[in-house]
Amino acid sequence: MREFSVHRVSIQTQDFDLSAEVAALRAGDAAVGAVASFVGTVRERSGVGAAADSAVSAMELEHYPGMTERSIEAMIDEATARFDLRQVRVVHRVGRLLAMDQIMMVAVASAHRAQAFQACEFLMDYLKTQAPFWKKETTADGERWVDARVEDDQALARWGQWDRSDRSGIVARNV
Amino acid sequence: MKLRVRVRYFAALREALGAEEWVEVLPGSTVAMLRRQLVQRGGVHARLLAPDRAVRCAVDQQLALEDTVLVDGVEAAFFPPVTGG
Repeated sequence: MREFSVHRVSIQTQDFDLSAEVAALRAGDAAVGAVASFVGTVRERSGVGAAADSAVSAMELEHYPGMTERSIEAMIDEATARFDLRQVRVVHRVGRLLAMDQIMMVAVASAHRAQAFQACEFLMDYLKTQAPFWKKETTADGERWVDARVEDDQALARWGQWDRSDRSGIVARNV
Repeated sequence: MKLRVRVRYFAALREALGAEEWVEVLPGSTVAMLRRQLVQRGGVHARLLAPDRAVRCAVDQQLALEDTVLVDGVEAAFFPPVTGG
């Protein structure tokens, strides 16, 4: 791990710039060979099963201050150890967002791409099921709290228990 | 001698039940016992915290199981399954 780390987690209302975040993530670290990232955005239509399929015009993101940061820090600790990461950055917005706005990002830096790709997906699966955020969508029909998806819990389960003696950290995926 | 627990609610639970309240529980109470105690109030608490409703709990800001034991002054939050990311 680097001696001087970027601040790993930010919960904020303002937008972020992925390329600036990635530049800061790997700045001055010649041991980085791979950076993988994910950005989540507000999609205009709500998910399958909505009878009226009303367009989502806006979204309100609530969170549990204190627990939010702590839970993401814990996820980052596990990902860092498991995938031998050099740096991680998670930014998650809260408050009111509009269709096509950026919601959140994850970026990870490691020596090689296998760790980077898997760590990014691992962190997303964890974030989707463990981080205390709740979305409320605004549509033409009114406001509605988004339901959690069974698929997200299933996605988390596939990472299984990590054996610390496994130095590669890479899991055989049986999806 | 009862314990006092700071109960907090989030998202749809917060809209219906309020943001937070102090609740007295017996020493040795678990998350499950606290939830049952809230359900016993009837009304909207009973409807939203009933055993068949998907409600998560965090004690001291960490996800907790039903059998997690509560201590005096601890924070216990109830909320729907999370939907961040």
